[in-house]
Amino acid sequence: MQGKSWSKYLLSLPPMAYLLIFFAAPTLIMLFASFRYPGEYGGLAPWYVHENGRLTFDLTLENWQRLLGTDIYLRLFVKSIGYAVTATLVCMIMGYPLALMIARSSRKSRDLLLLLVILPFWSNFLVRIYAWMIIFSPVGALTRMLNGVLDLFGAGPVTLMYSPTAMLVCLVYVHLPFMVLPLYANLEKHDLDLLDAAQDLGAGKWRRFWLITWPLSLSGVTAGSILVFIPVLGMFAIPDLLGGTDGIMIGNVIKQQFMESRDWPFGSVLSMVLTVTAVAVVLLGSRLGQRR
Amino acid sequence: MEITELLEIVDVSRHFNAFVALDKVSLHIEAGEFFTLLGPSGCGKTTLLRLIAGFDQPDGGDILLDGKSILAAPPERRPLHTIFQNYALFPHMTVAENIAFPLRMAGIAKKEIKARVAQALEDVRLPDKARHYPDALSGGQKQRIAIARALVNRPRLLLLDEPLSALDAKLREQMQIELINLQKDIGITFIYVTHDQGEALALSHRIAVMDSGKIVQVDVPERLYGFPNSRFVADFIGKCNLLAGLVREQQGDDVIVELDGLGPVHVCRSEAKFAAGSRCALTLRPEKIRIAAAIVKSTDDESHFTGHVHDLLYLGDVTVYIVTLANGLLLEALLANSASGRTNFFEVGDQVEVAWSCDAGHLVLD
Repeated sequence: MQGKSWSKYLLSLPPMAYLLIFFAAPTLIMLFASFRYPGEYGGLAPWYVHENGRLTFDLTLENWQRLLGTDIYLRLFVKSIGYAVTATLVCMIMGYPLALMIARSSRKSRDLLLLLVILPFWSNFLVRIYAWMIIFSPVGALTRMLNGVLDLFGAGPVTLMYSPTAMLVCLVYVHLPFMVLPLYANLEKHDLDLLDAAQDLGAGKWRRFWLITWPLSLSGVTAGSILVFIPVLGMFAIPDLLGGTDGIMIGNVIKQQFMESRDWPFGSVLSMVLTVTAVAVVLLGSRLGQRR
Repeated sequence: MEITELLEIVDVSRHFNAFVALDKVSLHIEAGEFFTLLGPSGCGKTTLLRLIAGFDQPDGGDILLDGKSILAAPPERRPLHTIFQNYALFPHMTVAENIAFPLRMAGIAKKEIKARVAQALEDVRLPDKARHYPDALSGGQKQRIAIARALVNRPRLLLLDEPLSALDAKLREQMQIELINLQKDIGITFIYVTHDQGEALALSHRIAVMDSGKIVQVDVPERLYGFPNSRFVADFIGKCNLLAGLVREQQGDDVIVELDGLGPVHVCRSEAKFAAGSRCALTLRPEKIRIAAAIVKSTDDESHFTGHVHDLLYLGDVTVYIVTLANGLLLEALLANSASGRTNFFEVGDQVEVAWSCDAGHLVLD
């Protein structure tokens, strides 16, 4: 027994160490950085000064005051959460029927359909976004066709590129598999006798879904929603390429602080808020998923 | 004459591609009856149950409830419920919510639902489990909740699909007694599917034995056991010695049969008529064979043979002796271990005599 529990700890040591070194430690460093001054040429200024044999700490609350001093960042957070919620909902509405259809199809076609869901992962994420840029471009076939139709009805031309719509389409496109896979994993395990029993006891098609399938799939819905919501919340590549000037999200601002503005402390402040928001969503989600 | 016929199954067939699951099956089930469909796995009994419940549609024939076809009605509109093999309790609902489900579906007022659920829980003697979730219940409790849920809105018919197969032997026996009493009390017709012949004999008013999509025999348990109509039924229900032979002559209900390798024996009280020269099998239950070191032949009506104990199975209350007769034929005989302190009356290799009276066996066509 003793040896057995030892081996259990030994096996979990590498992943624990990995998480400690590459997740917990950086988060703490980031938290610390949010109280420091930016360095003269980027990076961070020293956090203590050795002067006349005396040690003085050089820390500040200025970065946090800057966050709270204006509503720009709050609005950016709200906007990012809005994109994340919308993308999650659209992914769920589109992903649920798909996952249900795959879970209820025959063993053979199931494997093929799952393969098709994962297929986009075979090519690079950025390459796929560039593809969307071509599709949405003002001289692209889609935009020209749409404007041709609009013209027939006397409506003015529209641009798809650099619009919230383009961003949402792309956000949903990229994250749909993350919704479908956990949902499928959940739905596939459902005991179909329960549906027969519900029908036998008088439940029609819709009641069978809402009273049996849906409540039993909540943990899958939660898992899928977390997997979509969190990456969308911090997304910067899609708004960078498809969002235009109005389309920036909080992720872009954070990236800006670290790259262009070279203000690491303020970048750290925004990152901390983003991390705490994400953790709060996960905790809330797992609470909901566990509920009977 | 009072019409008590509840369910009528007329020439129902069901094919799965080339496989014939049900072949022109006809049955009449009366109101208040405990009716069992018995057969080996793959005989079509579960297919028939699913057709009655409405989960599947027959390829031919009709199913009538109170004289009206129910084939057009989907399962949710048929006034009958099913108890599933694994009970199919909804895991995300409490016991009370599970039982309330059919009442909710029927749109009954909340107040009445509450009262009826409480009554149903009383009836199955689990009133304190209302707020529990199914996974906190034992197998027997789940079973009782499934029954309470299926009976709470008084269906015309209850279909039970091997409901006791998940329980251990002791609990199974207890649940059998509960089922019998329950069915007697509420008077709802039960159609029970099982492959366990002992269960079928213990529970049912009537049993339909099925094989390869056909009904082989429908009868009350005692007749099925005592007077099987075929080699299949004799072999499937209980233990049975099957001795092949040739009918030599029949006079009234007395038949003389030339058993292969054993010679002529007298079979009396035969119900069926056999033409001389037809192949038949004598079905002999092990408990109807007398076995002793030496048997005084009491009457001419007794068949009498000598053999050796080939094998024995000590079962505690009884011992099963497998006896080799002179021609190498194996015969199974049963002896109650009535003497205290002794295990078996005979050992392997002992010479024994076996005998049976002329009305012990029953002849079937082979």
